[in-house]
Amino acid sequence: MKIDSRLIRLHPDDNVLIVTSTLPAGTELLVGERRVCLGEALPLGFKIAAEAIPASGKIIKYTVPVGSALVDIAPGETVHLHNMKSDYIPTWTREQGSGH
Amino acid sequence: MIIREDAFLRADGRKGIRNVIVVAYLVECAHHVAREIAWQFRDQEVHLIGFSGCYPNAYAYRMMKTLCTHPNVGGALLISLGCESFDRRNLECEIRASGRPAETLVIQEKGGTRKTVAAGLEILAAIRAEAAKVPRAPMRSEELIVGTICGGSDATSGIAANPAVGYAFDLLVQERVACVFEETGELIGCEGVMSARAATPELAELLRGTVDKAARYYGIMGHGSFAPGNAEGGLSTIEEKSLGAYAKSGTSKISGLLKPADIPPRGGLYLLDVVPDGEPRFGFPNINDSTEIAELIACGSHIILFTSGRGSVVGSAISPVIKVTGNPETYARMEEDMDVDAGRILHGKASLLEVGREIRDLSLAVARGQASKSEALLHQEFVLTYKNFEPLGHACLP
Repeated sequence: MKIDSRLIRLHPDDNVLIVTSTLPAGTELLVGERRVCLGEALPLGFKIAAEAIPASGKIIKYTVPVGSALVDIAPGETVHLHNMKSDYIPTWTREQGSGH
Repeated sequence: MIIREDAFLRADGRKGIRNVIVVAYLVECAHHVAREIAWQFRDQEVHLIGFSGCYPNAYAYRMMKTLCTHPNVGGALLISLGCESFDRRNLECEIRASGRPAETLVIQEKGGTRKTVAAGLEILAAIRAEAAKVPRAPMRSEELIVGTICGGSDATSGIAANPAVGYAFDLLVQERVACVFEETGELIGCEGVMSARAATPELAELLRGTVDKAARYYGIMGHGSFAPGNAEGGLSTIEEKSLGAYAKSGTSKISGLLKPADIPPRGGLYLLDVVPDGEPRFGFPNINDSTEIAELIACGSHIILFTSGRGSVVGSAISPVIKVTGNPETYARMEEDMDVDAGRILHGKASLLEVGREIRDLSLAVARGQASKSEALLHQEFVLTYKNFEPLGHACLP
């Protein structure tokens, strides 16, 4: 699979790619054969799906599951708290704490 | 390998890389008075530590005793209000028995703030003069203990800074340095891969058990060891953070399991279990990074390697903290606080091995007396809370 130089795949078994520098909205990336246009800026270190991940499928990074998909995730889509969750302890965000 | 010719030789044979005098408050009510005394010498290796609680706690006593007799410590001045339950007489006795000068001032007996501060400054001068006479001796690498922690983690931590520290740990373990990694709450998800590295099958079982204990404990607390900034930095879950944090341990076999204030008996790689034993009693296992740093130091760590993606600035009382960031944007913004720019790995400007060697070399330079950045900025954070631990089992140590 072709990988854009601004992305790294930490291990061949992983199904996510990592952004190696902050990318502005509108950036075009090549993920496999697919051209993806970022709807919003993506900061350094965030994850993009390398392939289609079905709802409840495991998110694999460093060869190990780091959580499960909440919904079907398309290749090139950002993978973060809006579409995945922990299999151990739920992730807490400031919005929850302030009652929003 | 001799790492330093003129280390500070303590009566028990252990060697220090600093000769710090601690001013220790034994309850929060004595904190201000202790700070007033320590503050005037804050750039002269006088550090403030203490325990805030008024109720007795065996863990806190053991931590204070171990820290006041740490190889980097040359003497202690204890500040008591007078009515707290901390066993000040015993602590002073144990510090003196370790060959170090120690004195106690009781604020209620001394007649209040001003008189205690005045007396404290005088006694501190005498303790410093006494501590300066400590004999010096060569220190070998197998006498060095290095701890590692991460704080303000982001997604770069697990890609650049933590694997680089892991490689530095591999190099140090080869030199028979004792290396300690910790925070079992940040190993949730790594229990399988980690236990496979244990020196014995019994130890493998114990390592797995510490992570199970952490998962249960944090589950009851309702939060993992995960701050909102971790998610803003691209980490989604505790297990994603864990796998990055775990990389700090490198690839050596794991020789043993410690609890806070247990000293590794020889070189090798050790896991420090920081999650209390028994049912949760006193709240979160570690309320911040500084509590973990204090525990690593209580295990004898002479130096702490601290990796940070978001950019923590903390240092510590007693032992120097070396900061490593894997985030090039953080390094550019906070260069004055960061000792090592591991973010070069992300942009292909340096290899993991090069940065790992740089961290090993810097650790040895700091052991020889070079100030780390947080040390030069006079960071001396210290936090000690209530906890409960059972003693180590026989299969824990090599």
